[in-house]
Amino acid sequence: MDLTLLLIQLLNGVQYGLLLFLIASGLTIVFGIMGVINLAHGSFYMVGAYLAWSLTAWTGSIFWALLLGVPLAAMLGLLVERLFIVHLYNRDHLQQVLLTFGLILIFNEMQSIIWGDDPHSVPKPDFLQFSIPLTEVQSYPAYNLFLAAVCLVLAGVMYWVVQKTRLGMRIRAGSSNPEMIQALGINTKVLFATVFSIGTTMAALAGLLAAPERSVYPGIGEQVLIISFVVVVIGGIGSIKGAFVGAMMIGLMDSLGATILRAFDDVELMSGLSVDNLTSVTVYALMAAILLWRPAGLYGRAH
Amino acid sequence: MSESETVLSFDAVHTYYGQSHILRGVSFRLARGECVSLMGRNGMGKSTTLRTAMGLVPPVRGQVAHFGVGANGRPSYKSANAGIAFVPEGRGIFPNLTVRENLMVAARPGREGRTDWTLERVLALFPRLAERIDNWGNNLSGGEQQMLTIGRALMTNPSVLLLDEATEGLAPLIREEIWRVLGEIKATGIACLVVDKNVKRLVEICDRHLLLVKGELVFDGNGEDLMADQDFLHRHLGV
Repeated sequence: MDLTLLLIQLLNGVQYGLLLFLIASGLTIVFGIMGVINLAHGSFYMVGAYLAWSLTAWTGSIFWALLLGVPLAAMLGLLVERLFIVHLYNRDHLQQVLLTFGLILIFNEMQSIIWGDDPHSVPKPDFLQFSIPLTEVQSYPAYNLFLAAVCLVLAGVMYWVVQKTRLGMRIRAGSSNPEMIQALGINTKVLFATVFSIGTTMAALAGLLAAPERSVYPGIGEQVLIISFVVVVIGGIGSIKGAFVGAMMIGLMDSLGATILRAFDDVELMSGLSVDNLTSVTVYALMAAILLWRPAGLYGRAH
Repeated sequence: MSESETVLSFDAVHTYYGQSHILRGVSFRLARGECVSLMGRNGMGKSTTLRTAMGLVPPVRGQVAHFGVGANGRPSYKSANAGIAFVPEGRGIFPNLTVRENLMVAARPGREGRTDWTLERVLALFPRLAERIDNWGNNLSGGEQQMLTIGRALMTNPSVLLLDEATEGLAPLIREEIWRVLGEIKATGIACLVVDKNVKRLVEICDRHLLLVKGELVFDGNGEDLMADQDFLHRHLGV
């Protein structure tokens, strides 16, 4: 196996991991603080991706799409919280799953009506249309590096907000004792709506950013939803740090795992079993192993 | 006592937990700067009285008022913003926040913009917290957690402090420190409603005493009158 290929896969893994972190961090705080399992979280990623497509087509640039798409996504998140999620606090998980699953169906139908069911690609901005040569034959697309850098900056901002600001303190306090934070004078309704909207906006932002690199097609929301839940479970519910570590593990496992498995390509596998099948299994095997070792996830608090 | 001086009042308040009738027509007033004890055996409704005052439990009948303004059905965050601070039984510190963050999370000026209590002043009151300022909440001893809860309440610059079993389960020396602090807090003019089992200390510190039996107030008066009837005390408090 040559080192350049490994480097490319490493970069892919880091970039995918950072993207997963953007999505999973919102899922984990909504789950950890408000106790709501939001199956519709992936739908916000989908909405972000489709917004990237139509807003880029309209304005001509992904940057304008980002500028317009983020506030739209934040408003959509707030609307969904006010109309639906607010009724789910203090309800059991079955009801949350039922309602948010219903939201997935609605979101998907809306996507079909508004945007149609054809796959689309989103153009990268002109100045990021080039690739950085690594060897004479291999290179790495500049947009992917840009994507990784933006995700890294956002992860840093998120860390700063959660660890260093008053809002972050309140979010963390609300996750451990919502009744007490309310009794100290903080309106948890506003706090929860803010947290939900931030969480879903992060998912939509991930969709917007990833659209030029991946294509936009029906069902992408569910794809990221499942892998995001794996990240949340590995990292520990409610832990931002856990989401980061979990996302990086999954990202690297996904890309490096495939590369390493391909090195054994000539080994006879069972009939019908491809390397791709095995790659997706490794992610869940990792989750199972971590849960055996730490049932509450890497940074989760045991209940 | 003029109406403007009443910081907290209950008028024939009834509270239920599901089907069980906890408070049965409780009425009392707490004046500005007054320190009042709330005594009674377990299960008589002491915690429920504090939780009702805070807005954590809604009164079914009767009227709760903060500073003369009706507060029935007012969510607890509005009670807190009106100047009522609650130190719950079991402390309720945030284990995933540091001591400093626990103190700062809800810090704000009180009524009329008062900023009597600052981080420095709270740390001066509880030197042990200053030593542990960057520790996580769950790394503290029970006594330190109790100090932290009281400190956290003071950081909201309250006019009224509701204390539920603040010395419960603490070592004797730590208890004494909590009583000393209560005396200091009282001296700063914050009105206190104190639930505790130590009748002797309560009589020393508080201006007035309330005694709850099965959700009804059977005594509202000063320490002298309370201590005068030992039979009565023995029957209702077991002392």
